[in-house]
Amino acid sequence: MNIVVCVKQIPDPETPASQFAVDEAAKRVIPAQGIAPVVNPYDPQATEAALRLKDAAGEGKITVISLGEDSARDAIKHALAMGADEGVLLSDPEFENIDNFQTAVALSRAIEKIGDVDLVLMGRAAADWDMGVAPLGVAEQLGFPCVTIAKSMEADGDTLTVQRVLDDGFQTVEVDLPAVVSISNEFGEPRYPQLRQIMLAAKKTVQVWNADDLELEDDEAGEDNRWLALEALYIPQVESNVEIIEGDSPEEQARNLALKLREAKLI
Amino acid sequence: MPGTLIIAETADGAVAPLSFELLAAARALADQGAGDVSALVAGEESLAQSLIEHGADAVYVCSAGSLDPGSAEAGAGAALAAVEAAGADIVLMGQTSVGRDLGPLMAFRLNTAVAMECLSLAIDGGRLRAVRSCYGGNANAEVTWRGDVQIATLKPKAVDPLAPDASRSGSVTAIDAVGEQRVRVISTEAAEATGIRLEDADVVVSGGRGLGDPSAFEMMEELAGLLGGATGASRAACDLGWYPPSQQVGLTGKTVTPDLYVAVAISGASQHMAGMSGSKNIVAVNRDPDCNMVQVARFAVVEDYKKVVPALIDAIKALD
Ligand SMILES: Cc1cc2nc3c(=O)[nH]c(=O)nc-3n(C[C@H](O)[C@H](O)[C@H](O)COP(=O)(O)OP(=O)(O)OC[C@H]3O[C@@H](n4cnc5c(N)ncnc54)[C@H](O)[C@@H]3O)c2cc1C
Ligand SMILES: Nc1ncnc2c1ncn2[C@@H]1O[C@H](COP(=O)(O)O)[C@@H](O)[C@H]1O
Repeated sequence: MNIVVCVKQIPDPETPASQFAVDEAAKRVIPAQGIAPVVNPYDPQATEAALRLKDAAGEGKITVISLGEDSARDAIKHALAMGADEGVLLSDPEFENIDNFQTAVALSRAIEKIGDVDLVLMGRAAADWDMGVAPLGVAEQLGFPCVTIAKSMEADGDTLTVQRVLDDGFQTVEVDLPAVVSISNEFGEPRYPQLRQIMLAAKKTVQVWNADDLELEDDEAGEDNRWLALEALYIPQVESNVEIIEGDSPEEQARNLALKLREAKLI
Repeated sequence: MPGTLIIAETADGAVAPLSFELLAAARALADQGAGDVSALVAGEESLAQSLIEHGADAVYVCSAGSLDPGSAEAGAGAALAAVEAAGADIVLMGQTSVGRDLGPLMAFRLNTAVAMECLSLAIDGGRLRAVRSCYGGNANAEVTWRGDVQIATLKPKAVDPLAPDASRSGSVTAIDAVGEQRVRVISTEAAEATGIRLEDADVVVSGGRGLGDPSAFEMMEELAGLLGGATGASRAACDLGWYPPSQQVGLTGKTVTPDLYVAVAISGASQHMAGMSGSKNIVAVNRDPDCNMVQVARFAVVEDYKKVVPALIDAIKALD
């Protein structure tokens, strides 16, 4: 089975709000001092999903794709160290600040260029723009069906059975390959790269493709050709006027809180 | 004529509350010149009346297909037909299991974009402009569309529904288009009902990783029960298997706006806040006075929850 996993490098989504800053004029997030970018948390889970399928099938090839700046190599390296076979970095000045829709188009061209792909695994959403649209976009571009927000899956020949997480429960679906599946956090912890694998990963090839390699039209890449124009980016204001409930003991604090809540007619 | 189409969803055979929020948002856009409001609903024609009472001028009823989760391709057939029939240039749906798939699917099929999880919408120069949350709730982005059709999913509870008006009238048209469905739904399993629905509760008591122990959720449930509320959890607690994902509050969980939200041993990460910052009153029980949840709370007790919560349960019982 030929599997492609798409991984994105993003600012650490666990950056404390106090260190999160935005350049409003440039409409960009200012990287927090001393907090390194990370792989989008769902994407190692997508890699994990690919590795489990490969392990179960006893054969297969896993290619990792990332579109981004040169630092996105780290996201690819991480997947290679987990056990993926090859990497492709999509890199071009024209990819800077493109939107999720343009990204989906570029990713799908790369998948076509790789060729003969049975399954594309992605994260349920990238924790920078929180859109969760690229999996359906890649699927539509490739003409594949798409199953989103998977918590587990098994392959039986060319059929994939996927358990999905819904707002109010779970769902089991079946789909024939080739297909796109997006993975959710309920999938469980991804494996942690071991030192030996990290060293092995250094020897694996990472190709670099630009917009021309992907045969993208001039109006398909480039910030000016975003499908969704970014007009403004800012940090919403939250005010703090907390009343700390005092008391000589936890019991007294609890009693004082109960009284406050009663006073405020909340209980 | 351009206008707004909302994709309505149903729950237990009735129109889902979020669909009324979509109608209110669409009416507000109509007031700003966006044109008439139409709605697509799958199911019985009798569903049309409540959509009209809540703000629809026209309702398209798809009796052949469904707009169920996992059936996005089938639903897209009806939705695209309704966009065409209504001549809509704005399409609104909920940020739900349905909207998460249908929005992007429709966007790619109509050669346009979808803005996910919008907080507010406005008409600016005849075009839609949306504010959406991003970076885990740390930032807001304002976006506009290049394509003709402007699609947005609305975050639950972002807009108040209008009071139903029985004197409103509107047209009802059948649409029987169903798209080809390549994903086969084998079974759908509803989450175990745990009392009051989280989204409907006036009081929510949520527990986080700081509980340190899954059995502490019994204490959360006892406090919630005493206050007539529902029990929620942070993702950290859900990921540990301490509580079901259907009770998760936050960006990737439920959005709640209760009168009272009691956050026990939850630090207040932006992704958690994204699901509960609309609560009218927040109470934090946390050992760490500097954590974000304490900062944003109205009342906070800075102590070990193991000491405070049982005492709070006793104190509340003693009030009556
Ligand atoms: C893409 C993405 C999506 C996410 N979506 C969600 C989401 O939908 N919902 C969500 O909740 N999170 C979400 N998260 C995770 C989020 O970033 C935080 O990691 C998570 O909310 C932390 O959960 P917590 O507050 O329970 O745990 P922690 O951050 O570990 O906080 C535990 C708290 O408990 C306190 N504590 C410890 N012991 C005690 C004690 N004995 N008594 C009192 N207080 C104590 C500590 O002081 C601390 O404040 C998401 C993250 C990402 C990257
Ligand atoms: N720049 C990118 N490079 C590689 N994969 C990406 C990129 N952007 C998005 N993806 C994939 O698409 C998923 C959903 O992203 P999004 O639709 O942007 O929220 C991510 O979890 C990744 O798997």
